Amino acid sequence: MSMPSADELFKSIDYNPPASGWMETPVNFAPGNWCYPAKKDMVAYLQGYMPDAFGNPREWSPGEADWKLPPNWKEIVMNGFRERLDKFRSLKVFMDICVRCGACADKCHFFIGSGDPKNMPVLRAELMRSIYRGEFTLAGKILSKLTGSRVMEEDVLKEWFIYFYQCTECRRCSLFCPYGIDTAEITMMARELLHLVGVNINWVLEPVSNCNRTGNHLGIQPHAFKDIVDFMVDDIEEITGVRVKAPLNEKGHEILFITPSGDVFADPGIYTFMGYLMLFHFLDLDYTMSTYASEGGNFGLFTNNEAMKKLNAKMYAEANRLGCKWILGGECGHMWRVINQYMDTMNGYLQGSHMETPRNPITGTVFHNSAVTKMVHITEFTADLIKHGKLNLDPSRNDQYKVTFHDSCNPARAMGLLDEPRYVIKNVCNNFVDMPAGTIREETFCCAGGSGLNTEEIMEIRLRGGLPRGNALRYVQDKNGVNMMSCICAIDRATLPPLADYWAPGVEVCGVHELVGNALILPGEQERTMNLRQESLPGFEDEDDDWTPPNM
Amino acid sequence: MNALYSLVFVFILVLIPLFGVGAGHMDFGFGVCIPYTAFALFLSGFVAKIFGWAKSPVPYRIPTTGGQQLPYDPELFKQSKLDNPSNGFQTVLRMILEIFAFRSLFRNTSTSLHETKDGPVVAYASSKWLWLFAILFHYSFFIIALRHLRLFLEPIPFFVNGLEFMDGILQIGAPVMYQTDALIVVGLLFLLLRRLVDAKIRYISLVADFFPLFLILGVALSGIWMRYYAKVDVVAIKELAMGLVTLHPHVPAGIDVSFYVHVFLVSVLMVYFPISKLMHMPGVFLSPTRNMPNDNRFHHHENPWNPDIKPLAYESYEKEFGPFMAEAGLPLDNPENAKAPEEG
Repeated sequence: MSMPSADELFKSIDYNPPASGWMETPVNFAPGNWCYPAKKDMVAYLQGYMPDAFGNPREWSPGEADWKLPPNWKEIVMNGFRERLDKFRSLKVFMDICVRCGACADKCHFFIGSGDPKNMPVLRAELMRSIYRGEFTLAGKILSKLTGSRVMEEDVLKEWFIYFYQCTECRRCSLFCPYGIDTAEITMMARELLHLVGVNINWVLEPVSNCNRTGNHLGIQPHAFKDIVDFMVDDIEEITGVRVKAPLNEKGHEILFITPSGDVFADPGIYTFMGYLMLFHFLDLDYTMSTYASEGGNFGLFTNNEAMKKLNAKMYAEANRLGCKWILGGECGHMWRVINQYMDTMNGYLQGSHMETPRNPITGTVFHNSAVTKMVHITEFTADLIKHGKLNLDPSRNDQYKVTFHDSCNPARAMGLLDEPRYVIKNVCNNFVDMPAGTIREETFCCAGGSGLNTEEIMEIRLRGGLPRGNALRYVQDKNGVNMMSCICAIDRATLPPLADYWAPGVEVCGVHELVGNALILPGEQERTMNLRQESLPGFEDEDDDWTPPNM
Repeated sequence: MNALYSLVFVFILVLIPLFGVGAGHMDFGFGVCIPYTAFALFLSGFVAKIFGWAKSPVPYRIPTTGGQQLPYDPELFKQSKLDNPSNGFQTVLRMILEIFAFRSLFRNTSTSLHETKDGPVVAYASSKWLWLFAILFHYSFFIIALRHLRLFLEPIPFFVNGLEFMDGILQIGAPVMYQTDALIVVGLLFLLLRRLVDAKIRYISLVADFFPLFLILGVALSGIWMRYYAKVDVVAIKELAMGLVTLHPHVPAGIDVSFYVHVFLVSVLMVYFPISKLMHMPGVFLSPTRNMPNDNRFHHHENPWNPDIKPLAYESYEKEFGPFMAEAGLPLDNPENAKAPEEG
């Protein structure tokens, strides 16, 4: 598929809606507009564990007319809708109280980058609300079109599939809504209903089934996981001369460390992972990691609350088995949304009695703000160490970087973790600059690949959705020479590099703890000539510059 | 089209009492029966809707956080107490600001695209027009509603007299013009124009969005007409109103038909209210993203229907991957699992 250039794409955006009403405007099912449906065996596997939550496993394609829905699909969806109205006040209230003021309309990154009116959060929700009015309210049944009602048809379900998989559940619209209507919540409900009749995407269901089976979304088996971690230990040794430990599945440690497996698998996440390992080695921290609970991210959040609960429960189960007192969590976006908003409510009862309110063993700080979840965010932990002067840091090792910080949607808008990462960055780097107001902190823009949409087949949609973030990045690149965007989310680390290459070429992406790892002076280390990416540090470039390819 | 339908519909609603009272002399019907019925439907519908919402539990705590969370170290990081409340008191303050100052709407920005010599630019500008006119409209409506209490209460409470005095303080014309009468029309006209002019908003606007605007505009204009132009007999109207509230309904003669138009439109509004988006008024109090503190990490919160779902057991994990784990030197709970199934 050929991709338009950034300028062409920008020029193609038109905020004027089409002449036809939205109910009459057909949905474009051309390839590129949808994510691939889940592989049959993935659905079958999950159905074995949660038979009611996932629909019939089958081969199907959104590009074809026949989606091979079960014959009673309408009944399943409508019963599911009714059930969720009774189970979630949020859904019921959000279906009733929208006044269509449009304050949310231009807040969604997908709308800003596409101009597609169905990407206005208000209209995205109307796709579901119109059915609610038509099927569940008296006024809607009597007055039908006058109230913007319609009845459930196959076309509607197909439209849901397209647009609820064009929402990254970033919650930016909710911030601006006068009633706090949260489109993420509506998207989650719509996706639950779609799953009931087996309308799904592979980039969500494969990770869910992998997380259940192997412990992480990439399906890395325990021995392979250990191999990868050992490679990183080797790399750290090459860079620093110090061999750090990387304990896995060991019992009797105080802390269980869980981070998104994206950090184990691909760059630039692996550099962040190396940063964690170096930090823990420096502290001689009494910790272990786990292969069984080797995923911080919870892709269940993008399917239904059943799968979310099942996957999340592994964290406490593993802390119990290994006898850990509390859990330290790595840099991950939606992992923290699940931990902050759902974890204790869903699975708190699974905690063993040995678990305690987290206490930093180095500084003695008690993290009272995580007294029930027993989980601390790594930037809280590191900020505490920095404040107490426990780290030996040389920020000049990050001097080749001019750093900005991308607030990852979930920690920002579902938690409010805004200042902790900035504090850490400012202490490990000399050059930090924020992107413009209106694009950071609680008003941050999504990477456009969240909620399981970081898949290649919808790259143009992702790049369009990435326009607001990319444009803000371009601004600090031009104005301040920013060449590194840090973040605290593994999905960001996977999706922001192509976004930056497209909208702000030349800017790289890193996790906060990569910068920590670069700056941290390990006891007994050799003179550092390169950073964690094995690029020369300032002052040590010469060798590389003299090198020429042998056949030239 | 949706706007036109709504306008025509409201015109028809105006004609009904004009004929009903003007030609049909159904004063009692329009002065007593319809208002009573409308009020009963309003009250029961309103209460039923709120009970309907309240019946559904809030399984998960999902407040939107608009600022820094409660930090582990308040010296180092400053919590944004209003936008990211961590206790009930802060949450109440947040709600008060939301309800009385439309705080989230105050944040509104508009997004625009520009092509500059340095490349494409996405710009965000503060956009407070909607906030301003929404505030004007809602406060005017609220004050007007309170002012009407003087018709239903005897003696008239001091705050109603005070409100009336303040509202007419400019002392323009006779009878003295209330500022809110003008402001509510200005507010409504802006909200209406915005729906018609902004292509995006026009696209999402339904009949259900235009109709209440035209209806309330009809209520306001009919009220203005009867007060300033028809100069209706206020004493007779008060007599009718007091009869209604004391359940001794009686219709004095000689009330201008414009009054019945006003009352009929208000009655329609009351009936329409509980089945429409106007329920955002009570709904905002129940919005789960705004009315809860962000305290999930340190306060337990119960889901009444928490499903009984267990994680994949570690035992079965070790059983599946045991031989590989043993080979890689990873510890096993059960040494038996180190053997491949065919060996065992």
